[in-house]
Amino acid sequence: MSTPRYQLLLVIFFGLNALADESPGLGEPVSANDLNALDVTVEPDGKGLPNGSGSAVEGAMVYQNHCFACHGKTGEDGINDRLTGGHGSLTTARPVKTLGSFWPYATTIFDYVRRAMPFQTPGTLSNDELYAVTAYLLFINDVIDEEQMMNAESLPAVSMPNRDNFVWDFIPRS
Amino acid sequence: MTKIDTQPAAGNGLLDRRVFLRAGFLGGAALLTAEASAVEREPWMTGPGVGMSESGAPSSHEAHLVRGPIGSRPGTTGAGSSRSPLQYLDGIITPSRLHFERHHSGIPNIDPAAHRLTIHGLVDRPLAFSVESLVRYPTVSRIQFLECSGNSGAALASEPTQGTCAQLHGLVAASEWGGVPLSILLDEAGIKPEGKWIVADGADAAMMSRSVPLEKVMDDAIVALYQNGERLRPSNGYPMRLFLPGWEGNACVKWLRTIKVLDQPAMTRDETSKYSDLQSDGVSKLFSFPMGVKSVITSPSPGLSMHGPGIYQISGIAWSGTSKIRRVEISADGGATWADAALDEHVLPKCLTRFRSAWNWNGGPATILSRATDEDGRVQPTRAVALEGRSRAAFYHYNGIQAWRVGADGEVSNVYA
Repeated sequence: MSTPRYQLLLVIFFGLNALADESPGLGEPVSANDLNALDVTVEPDGKGLPNGSGSAVEGAMVYQNHCFACHGKTGEDGINDRLTGGHGSLTTARPVKTLGSFWPYATTIFDYVRRAMPFQTPGTLSNDELYAVTAYLLFINDVIDEEQMMNAESLPAVSMPNRDNFVWDFIPRS
Repeated sequence: MTKIDTQPAAGNGLLDRRVFLRAGFLGGAALLTAEASAVEREPWMTGPGVGMSESGAPSSHEAHLVRGPIGSRPGTTGAGSSRSPLQYLDGIITPSRLHFERHHSGIPNIDPAAHRLTIHGLVDRPLAFSVESLVRYPTVSRIQFLECSGNSGAALASEPTQGTCAQLHGLVAASEWGGVPLSILLDEAGIKPEGKWIVADGADAAMMSRSVPLEKVMDDAIVALYQNGERLRPSNGYPMRLFLPGWEGNACVKWLRTIKVLDQPAMTRDETSKYSDLQSDGVSKLFSFPMGVKSVITSPSPGLSMHGPGIYQISGIAWSGTSKIRRVEISADGGATWADAALDEHVLPKCLTRFRSAWNWNGGPATILSRATDEDGRVQPTRAVALEGRSRAAFYHYNGIQAWRVGADGEVSNVYA
């Protein structure tokens, strides 16, 4: 198997530190297109959110079609994770951790749904559907209004009710 | 034959740990049972046995040696956990087939030839690594534990949950993990100065993702390719997983697909809404990564009955997510008095350590406990201390002392002591 010339050049130009660690320097360059297709991370400041938009009005239909079976009609009566309610329960003997009562960042809802939901067919919702169902989940948790459009600008600006009740246990050295 | 020294080391029949360090004790015991005469043959000795096989299997008489109860989320398969049968294991290595599982959307069937690990984000050169290329990198191999931070969460129940050691504590295992230091791959990609964290994604259907601070990654994180000498099992991330020695299992992303360097954590679902620690005041702790100092007696334990008074081995495992185990103490009288257990030869950092004590059980009811101390001086807390300030729903990172009650009938149960 021959090594493409560009890889050898990469090793020569960029691989000096790696060679010091006895690294064979076998990483292959990745095209911008390939990276875009792989990169699904949405950060709390909104970095990584795609184009598109939607409100709870359209989101109600997405929820009915894709979420209802496991999470119930209202989001708190399904066979799997409870999505709504639990407000004010965190300091009681029976805390109920839902999107509205617990989750600190609205961006995490979009990120997680895009990665993992619907459970049986992840990756099938369009960006508009993802924004819409995120908006619907925020709406049924009384975080935003029904007509409020969610997009790459508005979603990171949503203030989650429990946002200020998180501290870091990990203390960075620098 | 050496006479067994039955001078007690602590209350209720706990013997000196040196009892198990004397060769004469074990040798003497072996002589007692070696009764077969030279001419007798058991049924399996009267003809040749079966031949070789390409892949081994346990004895047919060990059918009980399987992973503990498998629990899945309603409406799903493969989103849940199975548990290592600690009560049947000895030593410190968990057989790969019995390593506990915790998956979020099942086990993907990954073609290693088509799989890539892509490093991108705040790096000078985004790079993709094939399995074939990673095998050529300098490999490190260490024997270390992996523990789900939800392990032992049953101890939060107001009344002791009755179950086996697997059911109560079986989300911990130790393996020889081999792989490439992630720092080498990140150096090859070139971390930009503003890079402080990575977010790791898995190639499962949930694209499980966790953020990890770069200082841990550059310290001892590996891209694991090998477990106990063979390539990873699919249930442990084949063909590659992130392994963060001593840190909570959820962050050791299986089926590792991408690593993105960030200037902040991504605040993924698992690190915010799931694996965070809710306190009784309503405040939650994020990023409580290292697993605390902990131990559990695996024998005797619920389901392993005692058969009449006499000398028994108390055996168990101890571990710490930050250092080596320095000491394990055992009590046979509910914590009134303690004696040091003997530690097996392999006492390794961030690894299970096997401990043993001899116990002359008088046949009466007794409560046995173990308490671990690590090289940093951290001492395993009592249950009461471990629960201080916790919400009733905060079952992650529980490391309190486990008490087993041995009844006069020889049955063992879970108690709070």
